[in-house]
Amino acid sequence: MDFGLSGEQEMLVETTRAFVEKELYPFEAEVERTRAVRPELVRQVIDRALEAGLYAANMPEGLGGGGLDTVSMCLVDRELGRAAYALHYLVARPSNILQACTGAQRERYLFPAIRGEKIDCLAMTEPDAGSDVRSMKCTARQDGTDWVIDGEKHFISHADLADFVILFAATGEEETPRGRKKRITTFLVDKGTPGFEVLPGYVSVSHRGYHNCRLRFENCRLPAEQVLGEPHKGFEVANDWLGATRLQVAATCLGRSHRALELATDWAAQRRQFGQQIGKFQGVSFKLADMKLLLQQAELLTLWAAWRHDQRMMRDEDAAMAKLAASEALGRIADEALQIFGGMGLMEDLPLERIWRDARVERIWEGTSEIQRHIISRAMLRPLGA
Amino acid sequence: MKVLVPVKRVVDYNVKIRVKADRSGVDIANVKMSMNPFDEIACEQAIRLKEAGVATEIIAVSAGEPKAQETLRTALAMGADRAILIESTDELQPLAVAKLLAAIVKKEDPQLVLMGKQAIDDDSNQTGQMLAALLGWPQATFVSRLTVADGQAEAGREVDEGIQTIAVKLPAVLTVDLRLNEPRYASLPNIMKAKKKPLDVVKPADLGVDVAPRLQYVQVEEPSARKAGVKVGSVQELVQKLKTEAGVL
Ligand SMILES: Cc1cc2nc3c(=O)[nH]c(=O)nc-3n(C[C@H](O)[C@H](O)[C@H](O)COP(=O)(O)OP(=O)(O)OC[C@H]3O[C@@H](n4cnc5c(N)ncnc54)[C@H](O)[C@@H]3O)c2cc1C
Ligand SMILES: Cc1cc2nc3c(=O)[nH]c(=O)nc-3n(C[C@H](O)[C@H](O)[C@H](O)COP(=O)(O)OP(=O)(O)OC[C@H]3O[C@@H](n4cnc5c(N)ncnc54)[C@H](O)[C@@H]3O)c2cc1C
Repeated sequence: MDFGLSGEQEMLVETTRAFVEKELYPFEAEVERTRAVRPELVRQVIDRALEAGLYAANMPEGLGGGGLDTVSMCLVDRELGRAAYALHYLVARPSNILQACTGAQRERYLFPAIRGEKIDCLAMTEPDAGSDVRSMKCTARQDGTDWVIDGEKHFISHADLADFVILFAATGEEETPRGRKKRITTFLVDKGTPGFEVLPGYVSVSHRGYHNCRLRFENCRLPAEQVLGEPHKGFEVANDWLGATRLQVAATCLGRSHRALELATDWAAQRRQFGQQIGKFQGVSFKLADMKLLLQQAELLTLWAAWRHDQRMMRDEDAAMAKLAASEALGRIADEALQIFGGMGLMEDLPLERIWRDARVERIWEGTSEIQRHIISRAMLRPLGA
Repeated sequence: MKVLVPVKRVVDYNVKIRVKADRSGVDIANVKMSMNPFDEIACEQAIRLKEAGVATEIIAVSAGEPKAQETLRTALAMGADRAILIESTDELQPLAVAKLLAAIVKKEDPQLVLMGKQAIDDDSNQTGQMLAALLGWPQATFVSRLTVADGQAEAGREVDEGIQTIAVKLPAVLTVDLRLNEPRYASLPNIMKAKKKPLDVVKPADLGVDVAPRLQYVQVEEPSARKAGVKVGSVQELVQKLKTEAGVL
């Protein structure tokens, strides 16, 4: 067993940390205040990330990406995750699913996404289909060789900024060993396609400046070449390529946990009450010990799952455990860090209240904590017929 | 024009260091180590000279334990072309390092040695000056502005009165100060390329240099904690205290 990082990985961490401190931290307060990232700032972050080679670091070198393995990518995501989401997500990791692009799709979607010319977003969730994605009502019916889309998606992250959508739509039903199930097809839909509209979403407590949107499809006609992968094989494409997405959530949670814990530790060593540093009170110091423990556990689980992903050994429940542990750890660590700061922890002068608010969504998106537990426990019980 | 950039592996500037219980030195077990920040600035300046077409090759050199290879890799990832490690696990004092660097200079024949004004571990601020003396080269220390052209370097030096500008003929030794530039972070492609760049390892004996310490560390102590100040009621009282208590007037 080897828990060490290579020299390159250490440097990668340093570079990403320097990038975050220089290119992202200085704009956090502005983004919080205005709840938006100025278009010039969007471009600036993307350009700097391209220069640093951090943009599309997840994509293979042969396609023009950074060619990082999953462990290295998690380390990069961990460092990026320290900064506000609306800023760090601009250091884009184009969805891995775009690697399923074939033929002309590669020049239209995959390569521009890697070069920072086009931004993708991914749409599965609907008002009536959240955790139960397969129950989606947004449909695509075949008309000649074309597909016609009708339906609605919501909670679609950064669709306001994206140039195209990776859309999952129901295309009929099939008999499976576990009953009748919907067949799903994945499409690439350009903004501006007639019948496709992006509407503002809800105002969220987490990740200010990072907007979710509603998508509406009405008689939206797509030629056959807009299908990503094969028709009716949407879940297969997703399973092939989206395995590491939960690790990305886990890794960014680790980054913010580190930041919160560092702030809290420094404060515990500085702040004096009752004639001594508050870190000398066991009520405070044991909190720090528990936070550290949670973080270390989550980090080991995440890097372990990433390592298994690199070995092509990662199971669904490995990623689920990492995502569950890291998002729950962040929630706890952010809350306790805030507590250690006392009243000041609540104030907008410090990044803590933001980290605390932002932490909340991590237990919900990319599969709620309950769904992760469902995945883990199904893997245990299904083989026993339960 | 070849540029030699000496880089030292030191305790990271963010680390809160602690003196060992036996006072023999600073505890560096399991402590994060990085490139000396002033050396990073020197390295950045060399890269800028290369980007401007003034320098043709940048050689990073470090003297120290095998792990100093990591520091050299960082220099390579920033943009140095190749690296030399003078490997030694002995304690290397400024004079020994200057002698080692002088031997490398003789071998490599650079026109410019760009180095940090001091290392943040023991803050000696001696190696550059000693190296210039050993080589019989001109030196410019505490450089915070620099232009290199036509066989000479024009260096703005930070001195107490302001910026003093001097011209030195090449070859020369320059030691750089904090405000010369802001070092870049290594880009991901350059980090990956650094692995393939050459890194030679030599021993002090190969260079014919005796590195035996000439100075002896007697004891290392924490600086005493700052005492609380006093408030004075008037200028008269201040002057009085400066005379009688502080003894500075
Ligand atoms: C800010 C934000 C951005 C998002 N971005 C995107 C995006 O870009 N693209 C996209 O497609 N989606 C996106 N989502 C959707 C996200 O993935 C869903 O919110 C998530 O899958 C949960 O679905 P839901 O909100 O409808 O909750 P529901 O599925 O309705 O769940 C409600 C509650 O029921 C619980 N529950 C549901 N089923 C079970 C079960 N079987 N066992 C136990 N408990 C269960 C859940 O855990 C939860 O506590 C985003 C969501 C948010 C909040
Ligand atoms: C919105 C707001 C409104 C307020 N309004 C008022 C007001 O109107 N009037 C007023 O007088 N005050 C007011 N306060 C102050 C409030 O009462 C204090 O914030 C509170 O007493 C905590 O003090 P502190 O924030 O300085 O934290 P600290 O006392 O510095 O505490 C920091 C951390 O150390 C812990 N700690 C401290 N001592 C110990 C110990 N002995 N053992 C274990 N742990 C310890 C604390 O539990 C906390 O986790 C307000 C505060 C807020 C946030």
